[in-house]
Amino acid sequence: MSKINESGNGTLLPRLHETNPVSRRNFLGYAGGAAALAMAFTACDKNDNENDEDGINLGSGDVGILNYAYALEQLEAAFYSKVLETPYTSMPAAEQALLQDIRDHEIAHREFFKAALGSGAIQALTPNWGSLDFTKRDQVLATAKAFEDLGVAAYNGAGKLISTTTDGKTYLTLAGKIVSVEARHAAYIRDLISNGTFADSTIVDAMGLDAAKPPSEVLAIANTFLSTRVSGRNLPTS
Amino acid sequence: MNVKHILNEIEKVDPDVYGKLDTRRHAMKSFFRVSGKVALAAMPVMLGGMFKKAYGQGGGSGLFDILNYALTLEYLEDEFYKAALAAPNLIPAGAATGAIQTIGAHETAHVNLLRSAITAAQGTPVSKPTFDLSGGNGSNNGPFKDAVTTNYALFLAVAQTFEDTGVRAYKGQAAMDALIANNDVLQVALQIHSVEARHASHIRQMRKANGGLVPSGVNVKPWITGKQSGIDTTAVQASYDGEEITTQATIQITGIAPGISADAASEAFDEPLTMAAVLQIVDPFIVP
Repeated sequence: MSKINESGNGTLLPRLHETNPVSRRNFLGYAGGAAALAMAFTACDKNDNENDEDGINLGSGDVGILNYAYALEQLEAAFYSKVLETPYTSMPAAEQALLQDIRDHEIAHREFFKAALGSGAIQALTPNWGSLDFTKRDQVLATAKAFEDLGVAAYNGAGKLISTTTDGKTYLTLAGKIVSVEARHAAYIRDLISNGTFADSTIVDAMGLDAAKPPSEVLAIANTFLSTRVSGRNLPTS
Repeated sequence: MNVKHILNEIEKVDPDVYGKLDTRRHAMKSFFRVSGKVALAAMPVMLGGMFKKAYGQGGGSGLFDILNYALTLEYLEDEFYKAALAAPNLIPAGAATGAIQTIGAHETAHVNLLRSAITAAQGTPVSKPTFDLSGGNGSNNGPFKDAVTTNYALFLAVAQTFEDTGVRAYKGQAAMDALIANNDVLQVALQIHSVEARHASHIRQMRKANGGLVPSGVNVKPWITGKQSGIDTTAVQASYDGEEITTQATIQITGIAPGISADAASEAFDEPLTMAAVLQIVDPFIVP
């Protein structure tokens, strides 16, 4: 991190929110890189609290968490829609059919949150795919894997941020209904890349636990794929 | 009594023990610094108090009930995979064996984690029941008789059912008072829950490739379509009933956007099962 800081002028944050090959490479790499990157963001966010331009505010409380999920589902739905509009070279029919399923699931999730949030929903977000080449299977699947693993970790980390009210319990169960489908996606995409990696040690630890990430880490990564950045500054932290 | 040693031991099975003691991390560091000055007799009391807060806040017996329920399911899965891996010529060498070893190791890890969590919170982990993996209530002659000996397609079918049921079981407990009020345990339960879903996804792909016990015309996918088990027996249907719903929180998902079919609407959301429903499903596997 210090290297990145020293190499540029100004703060790290605005630079990484541009289409930045370094941040994307970290995202597509292993957790260590992404975690280090996220820590960099977290550290910088502290200096950025006063910035009114840190993005679309997701809000606070349970609504904030629902908007957080809505933002991630928007990103995933947009990604798979693009994948199927411009299929990579020689996409096998069986693969295409299941990728269409995944697209439809993500659209269903997105529209569900939009409907559930009603007037409390954030605006439609604009993705920014940067230099991602949708004609290349390896690039598309690597991005899909990263999105799905990130989605699982996001829901796993957000569960405890939901309130203990009656509504909160409903939201928690709904999040549970969705996260296991994301995990099914993640496992399938991982197996497409390399059979048998559905739950390998890069994502499931020695205790048999999947990843869980706080919104600060997740949004730092998600924002690198959004022209319209989102801010989780008012989200619950416990 | 060596407090540091105990925490180190727990950390071996639960590397995040310090994380679970999160807000008390600083206090604990101070505690260790001054521990030389603290009367040894006071330590167990202080330690017990810390664990109660970390693992047992607002939980009480309800939390132990849930954890022991999860432990029972993990014992079953663990024993099932161990038996299958020990059977000669059941699981093909190579990728299939590798995948089942990965899954089996996770179930063993879940057993160890749940046992240590219950013990650390000063509860008592349930003992492992005696299982009848044939699903015959102790007769060893149930509908799944050859699943861990000679019938690979049946093994995969039971594995799929256990994993899909496990996903539903954890999901059904998430919003229980004892769990939702305990952030640390809730998160661990969610982290186990999604691993079971990854297992289910892979086993389903293994079943598609194998093709055995798949009803004709059924396409086994990594996700659950309607209430289809994709398994050619009604013996597992209770694990899939209820998965077909297409309305979530009164919102109709079918057609919520152009092209969203009822199949996609049901696949997009996995459904919970109550503890009672799950215990009824696994009852034939437990020797009375």
